[in-house]
Amino acid sequence: MSQVIHHDAHYDPEGSKIGMWLFIFTELLLFGGLFIVYAVYRYLNPEAFEMAAEELNVTIGAVNTIILLVSSMTIAMSTTALQKKQKGTTVVLLEITFMLALIFLINKYFEWGIKFEHGIFPGSEYMTSELSQGEILFYGLYFVMTGLHALHIVVGMVIMGVALHRIQKGTVHPERASLLENAGLYWHLVDLIWIFLFPLFYLIS
Amino acid sequence: MQATSKIPTDVSYLEYKGKYKGLLSWILSTDHKRIALLYMYSMMVLFLVGVALGLAMKLELIAPGKTIMEANDYNAVFTVHGVIMIFMIVIPGLPAVFGNFMLPIMIGAKDVAFPKLNLLSWYVYIAGALLVIASLLFGPGTPDTGWTFYAPYSFKTGTNMLPAIFGAFVLGFSSILTGLNFIVTIHRLRAPGMKWTKMPLFPWTLYGTAWIQLLATPVVGITLVLVALERIFGIGVFDPALGGDPILYQHLFWIYSHPAVYVMILPAMGAISEIIPTFSQKHIFGYKAIIASTLAIAFVGYFVWGHHMFTSGMSGTAQYTFSILTFLVAIPSAIKVFNWISTMYKGSIRMETPFYWAASFIFIFMIGGLSGLVLGALSTNIYVHDTAFVVAHFHFIVFGGVGFSFFGAVHYWFPKLYGRMYEKSWANVGWLTFTIGFLALYSPMFYLGMQGMPRRYYDYLEEFHSANILSTLGSWVMTFGLVIILINLYRSSKNGKIASINPWDGKTLEWTVPSPPPVENFDEVPVYGEKDGPYEY
Amino acid sequence: MENEKHHIVSYKTYTVILLVLIALTFISIGITNIELGSFAVTGALLLASVKSFLVLTYFMHLKYDKPYIILMVAFVFAVFLAVIIITFFDYFFR
Repeated sequence: MSQVIHHDAHYDPEGSKIGMWLFIFTELLLFGGLFIVYAVYRYLNPEAFEMAAEELNVTIGAVNTIILLVSSMTIAMSTTALQKKQKGTTVVLLEITFMLALIFLINKYFEWGIKFEHGIFPGSEYMTSELSQGEILFYGLYFVMTGLHALHIVVGMVIMGVALHRIQKGTVHPERASLLENAGLYWHLVDLIWIFLFPLFYLIS
Repeated sequence: MQATSKIPTDVSYLEYKGKYKGLLSWILSTDHKRIALLYMYSMMVLFLVGVALGLAMKLELIAPGKTIMEANDYNAVFTVHGVIMIFMIVIPGLPAVFGNFMLPIMIGAKDVAFPKLNLLSWYVYIAGALLVIASLLFGPGTPDTGWTFYAPYSFKTGTNMLPAIFGAFVLGFSSILTGLNFIVTIHRLRAPGMKWTKMPLFPWTLYGTAWIQLLATPVVGITLVLVALERIFGIGVFDPALGGDPILYQHLFWIYSHPAVYVMILPAMGAISEIIPTFSQKHIFGYKAIIASTLAIAFVGYFVWGHHMFTSGMSGTAQYTFSILTFLVAIPSAIKVFNWISTMYKGSIRMETPFYWAASFIFIFMIGGLSGLVLGALSTNIYVHDTAFVVAHFHFIVFGGVGFSFFGAVHYWFPKLYGRMYEKSWANVGWLTFTIGFLALYSPMFYLGMQGMPRRYYDYLEEFHSANILSTLGSWVMTFGLVIILINLYRSSKNGKIASINPWDGKTLEWTVPSPPPVENFDEVPVYGEKDGPYEY
Repeated sequence: MENEKHHIVSYKTYTVILLVLIALTFISIGITNIELGSFAVTGALLLASVKSFLVLTYFMHLKYDKPYIILMVAFVFAVFLAVIIITFFDYFFR
């Protein structure tokens, strides 16, 4: 589009950084709404939440926590590598981050799968007939919150894919690093949310 | 700034020939001015739909019992009227139309910070609107929950709720993108020398608004997602049968939807703060007090949501807290009114149509605001909650406030939008008819509410008959006024007198560029000196 | 427009932060096994807050950003906290 050309001509890294932060704020409040729901229902059903949480596997949760923390570090390092003009290292670090995200999702898949096998999923007969109301709420929130988080992982992977492509094409380079930096910021947000999800769901027994 | 652009500076944005022609040159344009008009035209269409539904409701209420529709149809009509008017007109209205058009020009920028994102948010807006409309046309029945989508009814009703809920979610996303764009634009693209304390008041109110859009909208977004999931999977969060708490839905809904009222009214106040000094030819009184009150309204307005829930069974402590916080919002609002009046004092007032709109805005906003205190006070609220009094109150604020400000802004900036003047005498006739109709339509509802007529019923007792007749007659007069205004504006945009650069002797930057402005607004980026300011008359 | 100079964070800093974060994760798992009663929630949330503080400061570069961005982030967290507290004015006193 001819009308766009001049806008690209002046590149404003600080502008896009603020833009990304503002977007992160909306994401924080999106999850914030869910944290409010969680807080209220945990306050109203403390015992049921503890009982239900015992079903969750702390080991898988901890492994996924560490995977996300490491991936946060690798994507942060990839920005450093780009700034140091080490294109190869940048790409490798970003690919590692991508693979870690994938492993996280695979773990999540098996974790959810086991729950489904035990008949624990929203609206299931087992849940409505056997479990208490507090437990139903716990699992409802567990699926919604980890599900939404997983969706953000997928989006983060897409953004990383775009960043990878543009780095290899050369349109993201040390002087125009905003896309990679913003991909990093977004990925740290995903990590940040998991930092709270992990203790709230896995560590309350 | 680099001079890489090849865009001519002597061709207006309306005549500019870009890469595309015809309709494509509009719907693929990233020019903030064209996007603003795209928003305005799409909103105008939706607004007329909303007006038609409103007229149908008033016609139903002209006599007790069934007049033109059954109870269920009435439920559907007020739901769709509310969803269209709230989510598609008054929330995005002033920011998306005049914010888009005027914000970059008023702060001396060539466009918003992210022009492509700006166009995207219009497409998201259209997608949301289409989804809501789809819920009317297809599926098992028109949504009948009211625009508030209260649980548990919203996931129990058999009507076509999912597209409506998802549409509201998508519209919220569009609102978020616009807000994000404006904040970055204001932070990064102000003209050199334009310090925060030299920025005009309309951009200031857009800044406050944008923060609310950003921080409140996601909460309703996730709440609507939860309702949808409740409907599809039965996750239990708002379903009392599964342990959920429907009042929590109300909390989450109003955590957004009350601040949304300030998303509507703040830019309206901003436009009024531009119109009044221009037609008083006087420096705005208490510039910093207006900024402070803008930010105070935006901030405190975030914590008063509970006053919509005084009768829902909330704890007493919460009721007192929300009532006190609600009273606090009245203070900055009153400061603004005081400042507008003081600006007019000893000014040389020019009686032009935008000034009429602004003056009647103050009058109607005062009534709306003071009746808000009646609702914010616990004891009176219990008495008039969910009566026609509430309907009158919020129509005085969101239609009387936002609507009057919007029409004032349309007339004020019309010369800049189209490069032509509107026909003055018809504009004045339109304003007068509209205002009389408005007062006749909504004032009786205060009385009806006090007498105990509940809202959202298609029927009422015989004793409410006469006031309802007056109200229905008012709706016809107001619509007649609206038709006059719209026809006059349309005709004037085609063959009105050619407008000069600065027909009102305004001092803000939009009056320094040609009417209509060239594609990139400014030949040279304006620079604010030590003594320059937006209201230095 | 002139591009501002970026502060380059070293690989070493990131590694150290990661190790601290992992250590904190194990501590938070550890304290849930001790009987702390109602302090268990507080403890877990406190550790999570410390972790998120580290992520925000180092991974998300807030330490090297201009003050107004830090201010914005703090403001958003404060608003969210206020909303939770006010919501609990209802549930806590019901």
